[in-house]
Amino acid sequence: MYSPSHFTALSLFALFASVVFGITQRETPKRMLKYGIYCFALFELSAVVLSWAMYLIAK
Amino acid sequence: MAAGTNSTATKAKTTNQGFVYLPLIAGWLIPGAGHFLVGKWGRGALLAASILSMFALGLAMQGHLYASTHDILEMLGLAGDLGNGLLYFMARAMGLGTGQITVTVADYGTRFIVVSGLLNVIAAVDAHNLRTGRKA
Repeated sequence: MYSPSHFTALSLFALFASVVFGITQRETPKRMLKYGIYCFALFELSAVVLSWAMYLIAK
Repeated sequence: MAAGTNSTATKAKTTNQGFVYLPLIAGWLIPGAGHFLVGKWGRGALLAASILSMFALGLAMQGHLYASTHDILEMLGLAGDLGNGLLYFMARAMGLGTGQITVTVADYGTRFIVVSGLLNVIAAVDAHNLRTGRKA
């Protein structure tokens, strides 16, 4: 059984989803790469922000 | 000018020949196959690698494959899982993804499988758009 940490699971999810979003939502390779990186960064950033928000709410 | 218009018309005619839904169906059944059919080898390989990895990781995390339609959430999960095409049916035939979820990471695995199916549907529709000329 593969048992990654929460952040690793999130990062893997973000990576695969960003690759598909980048390829399917843009037309040129350069724009695909830029959009993929943008999606990946948003996934990671929103996870960190929401994690801190939940931590502070639960405190 | 006339030659350019003629060339465009010929290209459009060539693009629209044959069964236009083949990349859509092939892409649904086998991740990336739709893009391979329209000659987008690099894009197809990246899509296949992403979707197959996500599905395999989901199973490796002991994710659950939805099989019944007892309630609305199970129906939605099944719809997402079916997006994986042949992968779903092969995994079911091999008896994978049938265990009870007892650990958090298995719940993540279930989401990985559902989302890989949804991403595969997006990829198959993209292949169809390439085939019809709606996307370059």
